[in-house]
Amino acid sequence: MALITYRTALNQALAEEIIRDENVVIIGEEVAQYNGAYKVTEGLWERFGDKRVVDAPISEAGFIGMGIGASMLGIRPVMELMFWSFAYVAWDQIINNAGQVRYMSGGLIHCPIVIRGPANGGTNVGATHSHTPENFIANTPGLKVVCPATAYDAKGLMKAAIRDNDPVCVMENTLLYGESWEVPEEEYVIPLGVADIKREGTDISLIAHGRAVLTALKAAEQLDAEHGIRAEVLDLRSIRPLDEEAILATVRKTHRAVLVDENKPFCGVSAQIAATIQEKAFDDLDAPVQRVCSLDAPAIYSPALEPIQLPTPERVIAKALEIC
Amino acid sequence: MSVKKKKAPETADYSKSGINASLKPADKIRFLSEMLRIRRFEQTSLKYYNQGKMGGFLHLYIGQEAVAVGTVSLMGKDDHVITAYRDHGHALAVGMDMNACMAELLGKGSGCSRGKGGSMHYFAPDKNYWGGHGIVAGQTPLGLGLAYALKYKGAKGCCMCFLGDGAVNQGSFHESLNLAALWKLPVIYVIENNQYSMGTSMERSSAMKNCLAERAEGYGIAWDAANGEDLYEVRAKTWNAISRAHEECLPFVLEVDTYRYYGHSVADANAKKYRSAEEIERYKTHHDPIRLWRKQLVDEKVITEEAADELDAAVKQETAAAGEFALAAEAPDPASIFEDVYWEVDNQTEAGQTGRHFFGD
Ligand SMILES: Cc1ncc(C[n+]2csc(CCOP(=O)(O)OP(=O)(O)O)c2C)c(N)n1
Ligand SMILES: [Mg+2]
Repeated sequence: MALITYRTALNQALAEEIIRDENVVIIGEEVAQYNGAYKVTEGLWERFGDKRVVDAPISEAGFIGMGIGASMLGIRPVMELMFWSFAYVAWDQIINNAGQVRYMSGGLIHCPIVIRGPANGGTNVGATHSHTPENFIANTPGLKVVCPATAYDAKGLMKAAIRDNDPVCVMENTLLYGESWEVPEEEYVIPLGVADIKREGTDISLIAHGRAVLTALKAAEQLDAEHGIRAEVLDLRSIRPLDEEAILATVRKTHRAVLVDENKPFCGVSAQIAATIQEKAFDDLDAPVQRVCSLDAPAIYSPALEPIQLPTPERVIAKALEIC
Repeated sequence: MSVKKKKAPETADYSKSGINASLKPADKIRFLSEMLRIRRFEQTSLKYYNQGKMGGFLHLYIGQEAVAVGTVSLMGKDDHVITAYRDHGHALAVGMDMNACMAELLGKGSGCSRGKGGSMHYFAPDKNYWGGHGIVAGQTPLGLGLAYALKYKGAKGCCMCFLGDGAVNQGSFHESLNLAALWKLPVIYVIENNQYSMGTSMERSSAMKNCLAERAEGYGIAWDAANGEDLYEVRAKTWNAISRAHEECLPFVLEVDTYRYYGHSVADANAKKYRSAEEIERYKTHHDPIRLWRKQLVDEKVITEEAADELDAAVKQETAAAGEFALAAEAPDPASIFEDVYWEVDNQTEAGQTGRHFFGD
């Protein structure tokens, strides 16, 4: 296995899918000649040319909508949003068109499109560039959303997303692009809707997605080293579809849960997970479900404060200790 | 501010122009029949709407029929259409089944969208008809995307994307125009200018020099304006746009002047407040596309008055029968609420059976 970055893993997934399927085309701002704002598409234009890797002007509503329309006719566009925060200007296209057209056509149309890009805070770019809209997407039946936490997951999930026949939103993370993980040389695909236990444990479940998984892992290490608490870390990977069985299984095993979520708490992903646990595993719980989310205010710019607005291992540990 | 509308020259005769010269009498009668089918279909639907048999909005196309019939009559196998919520005319023109269209209005399981779309959301991809879109101008990037897919696949086709005179002011349309020109995509934006967006006249909503289509110049896109009451002219000018799209793979903006007789939707409480009764009457009497076409065909001796009456009577029967069909049709099965959300789930693929796709119980 090779140690590669999250960015390279995504790049490999894109390249492999471009080669596998002649209908896969990458479209977005600066994805071709500039090699991608975050270099995820680096080298792809040079390798695959103008037809497969297309630079779009700054017109998210226009080009995202265009990709959706093209997908209705059998193209499989992989659209890059420089930031998911910019999706809001294309929101109508994503929610109303990609999300609803299958339903409203009584199943006559489907949109095999991927919309991808980073969706994270923690980089001191202020509130307009730090949104994590996976909860909004997950609130829209018809759309799917995944949030890979590692290079391995990023590659496998991206390939599944491209092969999926429904619209899939892939939310990446600029803080992870440069991080490295082991990734096998041979081809693999990670199905959407399958969570992954990133660390086994018996005493408490830390349930997270995206970069919060790494926060949970750090907390788990410390809980073990300093408090002798063996935490299990469950990475949801996919938000919708959701691996509910895995959530219930870990809770039934440990009887305690802290949900770690870079979303805001109100109607965030963790709110849905908490509801699921109390509905279906209430009798298995030895303590109320706890949540560690981003602090409930717009993403602050201040480099001094932003790190504490996001979930930290310390906050996770504190919550865990409250219920262990 | 004085707004001068540049009308097409009144005198031009498009009946002999290339694409019209080859029309056979049967074609011309078919166009009359198609326009009548749209009008009678909508009159029937209006009856049901007023009886409380359908929900939601009903945006009638009555008065605009020559636009849909004229443009759609030119579609070849790789030509596609997409439109907004005033979509019944285009749907019937492309040949969607009238029973299924009526059943959709009444929310029945046998509706064209299985009762899931309603009046504003008809679809028939098998007829190259991509909806039926309820968000003003939301379809304009989609139409661009259809054109993109055609070009990508090397098909010699185009997408005609219809929008209203109000929709032209949405950002997504302007983004689409820029992309269409930039990437030379075979999309034809047909602005159906019925002079009002809900209760707002064009003068109160759009800044322009002479007409809306002229805005295309800013993007270097060719444009034209047509008189929508003349089917020959609509066809002649649309054909010019289609040929350009087919031969040179270039976009086009075609503004077609037209008029709707009813309110914005049937629920439009102000239907008669923002324009005068005289104005509506004037259009009905002097500019009605069906009346004018019928007269044209009688003058050309393509049809007799009697035969035209018979045709209309047959169409009325057809629409009444569609109404009966829709009334008798079953409501959708409640279980279908969770169908048609995800392709993978509907098709019971592995992906569709992995992880939870629906929540709440
Ligand atoms: C984004 C959006 N804003 C507002 C509306 C409400 N609305 C529906 S149709 C309409 C008027 C549009 O007029 P026009 O584009 O001229 O089309 P017409 O109805 O005349 O065919 C408005 C304001 C909407 N459906 N979508
Ligand atoms: Mg209008």
